[in-house]
Amino acid sequence: MMPTVQDVCRHVRSKNAGPFWVTFDLFFRNREDFHRYARHPALGPATFERLFGTDPALVKQFPVENLNMVKISCVRPAPSGGREERDMHSGQMFVRLLDVQLD
Amino acid sequence: MGKECDDEVVILVPTGSLGAGAREEELEYGIAQGAQVIATDAGSTDSGAAYLALGISKNNRGAVKRDLTLMMKAASKAGIPIVVGTSGQAGGDLNLEWTRDIAVEVARELGIRPRIALLYSELSKETVKRKNAEGRIRPLAPMGPLDDATIDGCDHIVGAMGPEPFIAALEAGADIVLGGRTTDTAVICCYALMKGAPRGLSWHAGKIGECGGQSTIKTVDAAGLLMRIRRDSFEVEPLNQINTCTPESVSAHMLYENSDPFRLFEPGGVLDVTRSQYEQVTPRTVRVTGSEWEELPYTMKLEGAAAGQYQTLMLVGIQDPIVLNDLETFQAKMTKTLYDRVHSTIGEAAGNFHISLRLYGWNAVSGAQPKAGTPPPPEIGVLFVATADTQDMANQIAKACNPKFFHMYMPAHHEMPSYGFAFTPADIPRGPIYEFKLNHVVECDDPMELVRTEWVDLSLEEAA
Repeated sequence: MMPTVQDVCRHVRSKNAGPFWVTFDLFFRNREDFHRYARHPALGPATFERLFGTDPALVKQFPVENLNMVKISCVRPAPSGGREERDMHSGQMFVRLLDVQLD
Repeated sequence: MGKECDDEVVILVPTGSLGAGAREEELEYGIAQGAQVIATDAGSTDSGAAYLALGISKNNRGAVKRDLTLMMKAASKAGIPIVVGTSGQAGGDLNLEWTRDIAVEVARELGIRPRIALLYSELSKETVKRKNAEGRIRPLAPMGPLDDATIDGCDHIVGAMGPEPFIAALEAGADIVLGGRTTDTAVICCYALMKGAPRGLSWHAGKIGECGGQSTIKTVDAAGLLMRIRRDSFEVEPLNQINTCTPESVSAHMLYENSDPFRLFEPGGVLDVTRSQYEQVTPRTVRVTGSEWEELPYTMKLEGAAAGQYQTLMLVGIQDPIVLNDLETFQAKMTKTLYDRVHSTIGEAAGNFHISLRLYGWNAVSGAQPKAGTPPPPEIGVLFVATADTQDMANQIAKACNPKFFHMYMPAHHEMPSYGFAFTPADIPRGPIYEFKLNHVVECDDPMELVRTEWVDLSLEEAA
């Protein structure tokens, strides 16, 4: 059975980083999962483009080894507060990552 | 470093944001521990552009007054200064003056006579255009170069100050410094920098402290943080004596609301925590070492906000299983029906309009279709959002849509359904959309170039 993000992370969150960016923090269960998945292609720019409509060229990934986590930041699909805003602080966007499969 | 560093600088951060709820017992503890300054942020861009565009606070006046009262009482008794950044949520001139008036009122009620410095960092459109014409404004991703039309389109523009204007005001004898837009970190670390504390450690402490107790493990509800900055390290401790800091709670805060977990760009440089070390020194306290500061040409980040098109809302609740069993069809049919209705009843006069339906309880938050096989919810709330060039047109569009939004048939309906309106009148004029238009930095000749300092010196008033 292929693991998903929520299988290998003990905590996943998202938050605005200014009005134009959103940042996702994925805290892995342990050091082993961090090394196995932090740079996994399924957590790459293409996934963020597919899920959030963001520009893949501006997706930034920062593995943070001492915290067993990876931070992934991308441009918001639209700046905060626009005509079709649904989540002003981007605090719910992480939910769409939880089921991403890590083969 | 020009100045000899004091052995220890002790900063009390009473709350993550002025008005969020400082606590008297936490202030008392921090001052008993030797706090030399009370520092807090009072806003950010997080809650959207309306607060800058309108010059209004997000927090209510009573909440801000309550926190200021606790802080001013404690600071006055201890004889230490208060510094506040990003006054009134957005740090525009109107936001700053709103906060000034509350501080003056509190001073009179407490019978104290502080010297209050006001740091204005709102910029005129002329100033911004001049700097742009000089080639001294640069875009930050994902924005492109700035043009005059964008500048003219902003209702208010602010530059985010660094610590230098606060230091100048403190050195000039301010008891209270109320800042316009300020970086969250700068207001927390300004006093330490004034005392000659190491810059990397001071800025890092500023970042850890900017959300108050957020970098602590909250066993009990609490607000604030105490930080001791020394020559070779700084220590972080919760003001609440039951709560704790751990290396993880402190280091993880560098991640919060930052797109880069290692480098934080600030006016005049970048904080680099790549080599920072975090160590538990008491059960409640964490020591941080190794944080570095790299000096860069001085810039201030610009924020500009503007009102745009107008919106009108309607809300219905639906429990009818015929609708709930096929929400995808319902949403598609309703959207088409409402657009057709506007075209047939208002026509071209509707102008550049937009209708969005958000099915709360189903997929409103993401807008994406739930996974196949997701069972129907017990009910949904359907939020109708019409957007148009004027409030009147958005209202007219909502009124035109009302009968269909209320009664639209699904194929299985044998008689006309009536969905559950929550209000009468059904349509709610919501006002304009507010958006940030700038994501740029302006290069400054010196940190004070774009800042104006004014004083409200209550010490000059005759004693009552």
